[in-house]
Amino acid sequence: MAILTPPQQSAAPTTPPAAPSNHTPMRASSRPHKRLSGLDIAGWITLIIVTVIMAVPLVWMAAASLKSPSELYSVPLQWLPETLNADNYATVGDRLPLGRLFLNSLLITALGAGLKLLLGLTCAYALVFLPFPFKKAMFALVLFTLLVPQQITIIPNYTLVASLGWLNTYQGILVPGLASAFGTFLFRQHFLTVPISILEAAQLDGAGHWRRLWQFVIPMSWPTISAVALVSIVAEWNDYLWPFLVIDDADMMTLPLGLTLLQDIDGMTNWGVLMAATVLVTVPVLLMFLVLQRRLVAGLTAGAVTG
Amino acid sequence: MSTHDLAQTTPATRSRASLHRWRLWRQYAAFVALAGPNVALLVVFTYKPLVESFRYSTLQWNIGSPTARFVGLDNYVQFFSSPTTAQVLTTTAVFTVTTVGGALVAGLGLALLLNQRLLGRGIARTLSFAPYVLSGIAVGILWLYIFDPRYGLLGTVLGWVGVSSPDWYNTSPWALIMIIIVYLWKHIGYVALIYLAGLQAIPQEVRDAAALDGAGRWRTLRSIVLPLLGPTTFFLLVTTLLASLQSFDLIHAMTQGGPLGSTTTLMYQIYQESFVNGRAGYASAVATVLFVLLLVVTLIQLKFVEKKVHY
Repeated sequence: MAILTPPQQSAAPTTPPAAPSNHTPMRASSRPHKRLSGLDIAGWITLIIVTVIMAVPLVWMAAASLKSPSELYSVPLQWLPETLNADNYATVGDRLPLGRLFLNSLLITALGAGLKLLLGLTCAYALVFLPFPFKKAMFALVLFTLLVPQQITIIPNYTLVASLGWLNTYQGILVPGLASAFGTFLFRQHFLTVPISILEAAQLDGAGHWRRLWQFVIPMSWPTISAVALVSIVAEWNDYLWPFLVIDDADMMTLPLGLTLLQDIDGMTNWGVLMAATVLVTVPVLLMFLVLQRRLVAGLTAGAVTG
Repeated sequence: MSTHDLAQTTPATRSRASLHRWRLWRQYAAFVALAGPNVALLVVFTYKPLVESFRYSTLQWNIGSPTARFVGLDNYVQFFSSPTTAQVLTTTAVFTVTTVGGALVAGLGLALLLNQRLLGRGIARTLSFAPYVLSGIAVGILWLYIFDPRYGLLGTVLGWVGVSSPDWYNTSPWALIMIIIVYLWKHIGYVALIYLAGLQAIPQEVRDAAALDGAGRWRTLRSIVLPLLGPTTFFLLVTTLLASLQSFDLIHAMTQGGPLGSTTTLMYQIYQESFVNGRAGYASAVATVLFVLLLVVTLIQLKFVEKKVHY
């Protein structure tokens, strides 16, 4: 069991069957039965320490968001809030148009990730299934952009967006980042494994490219698509630098932008309010991650581990 | 062969050929319709700006203003002779080497640990990866609170072992160290995850064979596991290097390049010069330098590990 076929394995969203592939490497002399060795215990302690380091900041953030000022600024630290009060959240709501920011974030994320997927899918389909004179060169063109940090292009892009009158608009945030190099690359790799005979049969039945893409290729590519979708969603939700440059109207901001706006308002840092806002930015992604982590992981590892 | 035959076949093949050509053109048109938008966007928003950035780097120009003055290579001369450049390059180098190196080493260690059959491994995997999906801004602000010299968690924890917390935000090496620590906290899980996938792609038989040959854990790791992880390491080297050189959110949320420029990386300098100091031409020169640097590093990496990577 547990033999995953190499080309598919990276995209398979299921958990790797843990048992056989994860034997603790053992010395040849030791018996192949599970026995607690010193190394195992040390490993386990390390694991606990790592887990604590990873988890405590997040717990601390949640706890602080519910503390009253006197609890936040007591000098021997007060570990937990005495009563759960939502004052900090109310303050965030007073200072920022929270509903609007949330909707902005949602809209930008949905549109951005959706269009990116569509562009990546159609481009990869064309690159794999259609003839064209400079196909290889075109794929190289797409691939090379993965090595161009988006930030190097910010000044010309800012000038362009400003000259189009797109500052403080959704299209100003969205359009410059729409093209999908990473998605196109992953989709192409996956489409190369799709049996061409199926598409030829569809063609004989008179299906055009659009129908072949939607009715045959996409249904066969769900694991890759959902993985790329999740990675794009996380990236869009967290994107900061570009929206920060393009937007200064509070009504057009996304949640991460609102967070820094809040950071700037106070002369003295009001940690309770900031932590409440941080929770609001963090929780949606964190929840999505907890529910869909396997697919997300499949998406991130798909490009990394070649079969 | 008679003339009769020729008369019959020639028109048929000709029309078949033209039909074929027509089909081909239709497919070209379909190709353009499907791949065109994506490629066009890449050209307009990545390639064109890349070229424009070179042009801007020869200007003395404020990003909002309509006027610009051509200054040739002055911006580059200024960049390479400015005393802040040495500091920025050092900061960038320190930040990049420690974050990339630290994330790779610690991530590999974590992956090896998470690959063992230990109780609670699933929870540890989830938790160590969680920070990676969070907003850099949110993470930066959260950790500012933890580093707060008076009310922060870290000061208290350090106090338990009798160490007093330095004034992280305001003293020179500490601000950068603080950002590096947070960067590692956020990114180690990603590296560990990719390594974990790489580890699980190593067939168990290979390890068994090594064990039969009498190789201990350490030997197996060094002679079998690490070489087999070569392509994974290369992938991680490229991606973490790019991510590290591009990092903006954490620096912006935590120090805004200060104190006294001690956390200003090349990337952050591009932002500051163009959008804060009004020197977009100079910033473009810095961007060009960063791009060339990246290209060189990537080419060197490709040259070295070319044969190990197979897309």
